Amino acid sequence: MSPNLSTENELHRAARRELLKLVPLGLAGAFLFTEPQRWLLGKGLALSDAASHLTFRRGSMAQEFRNSAVTPFEKFPYNFWDVADPEIDLAAWTLTVEGLVKHPGDYKLADLQKLPRHEQNTRHVCVEGWDVIGNFGGTKLSEVLSMVGADTSAEYLYFECGDDYYQSIDMESALHPQTLACWEMYGRPLNRGHGAPLRIVIPTKLGYKQPKYVEKMVVTNVLRPGHRGYWEDQGYSWFGGL
Amino acid sequence: MRGKTVVHKPQQRFIPPVAVFRSRSGVERKVSYEHPFAVRFTHWLNAIALFVMAGSGLRIYLAFPAFGDKLPPHDFFRFPGRYTIGGWLGGALQWHFTFMWLFVGSGLVYVLYEVTTDNWRQILFMPRDIRGVWPMFRHYFLFGPKPEQEESYNPLQKLAYTGTILLGALSIVTGLILYKSGQLSFLIPPFGGYRMVRILHFVALVGFLGFIPGHFVMVIVHGWNNFQSMLTGFNFKPEYAEQRASEADNES
Repeated sequence: MSPNLSTENELHRAARRELLKLVPLGLAGAFLFTEPQRWLLGKGLALSDAASHLTFRRGSMAQEFRNSAVTPFEKFPYNFWDVADPEIDLAAWTLTVEGLVKHPGDYKLADLQKLPRHEQNTRHVCVEGWDVIGNFGGTKLSEVLSMVGADTSAEYLYFECGDDYYQSIDMESALHPQTLACWEMYGRPLNRGHGAPLRIVIPTKLGYKQPKYVEKMVVTNVLRPGHRGYWEDQGYSWFGGL
Repeated sequence: MRGKTVVHKPQQRFIPPVAVFRSRSGVERKVSYEHPFAVRFTHWLNAIALFVMAGSGLRIYLAFPAFGDKLPPHDFFRFPGRYTIGGWLGGALQWHFTFMWLFVGSGLVYVLYEVTTDNWRQILFMPRDIRGVWPMFRHYFLFGPKPEQEESYNPLQKLAYTGTILLGALSIVTGLILYKSGQLSFLIPPFGGYRMVRILHFVALVGFLGFIPGHFVMVIVHGWNNFQSMLTGFNFKPEYAEQRASEADNES
């Protein structure tokens, strides 16, 4: 504030000056126009994703629960974007592995089931706001990655699914000890609604980051535009980290 | 400041500075510099951010308008989506995750400014303010007599403004836990579980939605002079400046 307000004119000039100092707030008006709005919201989302990625710790565990806290099986929703049952031929199913791996190829479910079994009760959080605590069994995705000789210095895993869903995640999250290649829920083989024969479970990410009916996994450093994720390409956060 | 030096001891309450000027007709008058720049700037930035956070938050809520189990499907409360921001869940999340930075940023700068200056003494609700709340409420809402006011903010105002800081803190902490419920999972049990965190995040929104209409009514009741001082900082009302000046005299 000006210490020299000797006349009324000076006072009014000072008041006007103070008012003008608020003008930068008018920049927020850019949000009213379609093009700048799209750009700014994209930047805002990218900033939030970067912060999410930066604060992610591989050693930091999502909460695990006692068996008594697990949501009853019939209360675990079937959530899908298109169909609950993409009619995969389970007997002929293989997981196709491609990209930066030493041993690319088609892996049977029995190949995955030779890996150390892991089971956990973790919370499944939907971007919509609901949550369930599920029992998931399978193997750590990191075990699958080491079996296929994946280059874990690569940036991304890209998944394609039997229902034409597609998804990508960061390697850091893929190697998290609670990230599973899951073929069992509640002690039974995955049923079709829950993503049979294979779903990816990532309790440190939102539900839409956890593909079901997985048919293909690619280790890569490049995500082509339009191949970041089914929902991400329409505007969801890519990191989707919890 | 010419004419009068404002004196306030750090241990005592804060009084906005008063300046003396000569009016066009040659009379000496006083004016109070009520709202410093940091307060005005963060106020308006926060107003924008809160508008967007609330509007997009309501849209996000509509994606699952309930607080318990997902199954069986049920609505707790639903309202028309046209009164929300973002168009759909994904759009609303983009607004929410963009403006959260401005909301948190303006809140932090404001609180930092308040605690590093003596400004907080004006608005922090203290135990001694409790007895003044009911008389002020009676005056505003039940046509009771106007209580004697000794400070620049009355007890009800202090309660409201201190309350919004707490609502802001609640919305930020619960929002952060919802956003990073994996990394911050250790904070979930103290809040009574994940669903309770989501409920509390919504409670903070309802609190703001209760504060805002009351705030608007008060702004209208107190008129233009009061409103424009949140833009220019100066309160041109002569009585206001006189009262601040006499307070400063009493303090010194």
